[in-house]
Amino acid sequence: MSAVDEVASDAPAVEAVPKKAMTLGLGASLVMLALLIIGPMFVKNFIVFQLTMLLIYALAVLALNILTGGSGQFSLGQSAFYAVGAYTSAILMEHFGVNYALTLPVAGIICFGFGFLFGQPALRLSGIYLALATFALAVAMPQLLKLGVFEHWTGGVQGLVVTKPDAPFGLPISQDRWLYYFTLTVAIGIYIASVNLLKSRSGRAFMAIRDNEIAASAMGVDVALYKTLAFGVSAGITGVAGGLGAIAVQFVAPDGYTITLAISLFLGMVVGGVGWLPGSIVGSAFIIFVPNIAEGISKGLSGAVFGVLLFLVIFLVPHGARQVAMVAQHMLGKLRKG
Amino acid sequence: MELFINQVLAGVATGAIYACMALAVVMIYQAIDHLNFAQGEMAMFSTFIAWQLMQWGVPYWWAFLLTLVFSFAGGIAIERALFKPLAKAPVLTNVAGFIALFAIVNSVAGLTWDFTIKQFPTPFGSSPFLGSQLISTHQAGMIGVTVGLLILLYLFFQFTRIGLAMRAAASLPESARLVGINTSWMIALGWGMASAIGAIAGILIAPVVFLEPNMMGGVLIYGFAAAVLGGLTSPLGAVVGGFLVGVFENLAGTYIPGVGNELKLPIALALIITVLVLKPAGLFGRPIVKRV
Repeated sequence: MSAVDEVASDAPAVEAVPKKAMTLGLGASLVMLALLIIGPMFVKNFIVFQLTMLLIYALAVLALNILTGGSGQFSLGQSAFYAVGAYTSAILMEHFGVNYALTLPVAGIICFGFGFLFGQPALRLSGIYLALATFALAVAMPQLLKLGVFEHWTGGVQGLVVTKPDAPFGLPISQDRWLYYFTLTVAIGIYIASVNLLKSRSGRAFMAIRDNEIAASAMGVDVALYKTLAFGVSAGITGVAGGLGAIAVQFVAPDGYTITLAISLFLGMVVGGVGWLPGSIVGSAFIIFVPNIAEGISKGLSGAVFGVLLFLVIFLVPHGARQVAMVAQHMLGKLRKG
Repeated sequence: MELFINQVLAGVATGAIYACMALAVVMIYQAIDHLNFAQGEMAMFSTFIAWQLMQWGVPYWWAFLLTLVFSFAGGIAIERALFKPLAKAPVLTNVAGFIALFAIVNSVAGLTWDFTIKQFPTPFGSSPFLGSQLISTHQAGMIGVTVGLLILLYLFFQFTRIGLAMRAAASLPESARLVGINTSWMIALGWGMASAIGAIAGILIAPVVFLEPNMMGGVLIYGFAAAVLGGLTSPLGAVVGGFLVGVFENLAGTYIPGVGNELKLPIALALIITVLVLKPAGLFGRPIVKRV
């Protein structure tokens, strides 16, 4: 079958999001920031912990968003980079006694290198084929971490326990709260850097590749370099998120980083809006809280409830939270004029 | 040499499972241009329907037939109700839809029929086939059915009007509409057929892996891998890919030291990626020509 030559002249897989539409205005950003700073002061430690996880997953979703929304490459292997970051932090802290804050840049750099190298063979693949290649990485990672060769370092199936850091300088706040603000600082730093990256020359190159690879190379963009670079940056940020995750959960084990995590991150990106960086936190909230809500509605059918909720979201807003933000912005604009 | 031949035979037997699944995957890919992540779960659900019918005393072949009809109708219903409205949504949103469908089907099946494994009967018997211990009559039957299905599909797509219309709708929807093909219903038909093929795959696989809501998890991964290896545009490629993956997986598990059951899957996937890097459209796939 398919004797006809297939001519694909339709739109690229990832829709073209203009650069300006990828970020949030200054006012909205400040309101969001104030909420993130003040919010946790009034809630219980467990909720603070959940908010920390919210930020961490938001970082991982953001990383995927740079890769997919920015450069148009698709990855189901983010859980592998997350795992490498988490293990790097855990091993450095537990085996070498390195300070937790210093493990994060190391995790980021190692994952950047890993992602950059993985991007090399992935260069020849696109769309579904790239999805399968990254998927293979995600499936292989837990098995590799369990290998007997690395057991001395990784703790094998048992995993590693990580000690939770105390607040420095004798600050009178709980460990959870300190970790939250620490994570928030890292997350804001990475968010600002990502926004600037997308506004830079490299960011424009990413988007040119996303919109039309052939045209981009005709304009002089080094397609191979920027595609692998996007993989590297995405993996690096995911690695930092993984490191933070290891510190927050205080535990790393191979089964915590299965393909399920990669799929969650993917769903987070879709719900938040592909290519809209602020949406990452909305997507992250979806993948953290909605499964709990589903469990609350019906224990036996939690999967079905989750699926139905997900369907509702993509039916109502196929473009994710970005669409909601656009509509809101539009209405605000009308109010001001009227 | 004896060991080698036996392992190849065993690989062919498991490969038949993957080939079946890969065929269903390719079918739906042809019709809708997406990989359906819920395909395995839909097949699992169909298999449970067949099992339930047999529990109620329906004879095997009647249950088989009824299940096919049910799956075909079910596939069309799912497309009409859930995915037709998403036709204009971005691709990645569609993929999220498949994941949602996966969660729903899996959870509903788990609640209805619980998670204990169930025996599933085979019409072919399970005695050794032609004196070989490694390949049973059921597995031989499975290979036979897969090959038969492939021939039927080939005939359908090459020599019937509706097959031609489906091909046209898949490869150039706009031109197809201009010559009067109802492309929207062709997609629905593709869903129905993929769902029915999935049901056949499920019914054939169930006696080997036993029936339970998560039975398709592993099989689907191999099915995808096989489909991609063979080239997503080619049903023949899917079947060949399925057998290749099965054989390679078995040989790697036998001959490469240190590779237990745990590492079989990563190694099989690594091989596939290697093949893809050399031949990006799969072994039998046709590279997509891009117009700039």
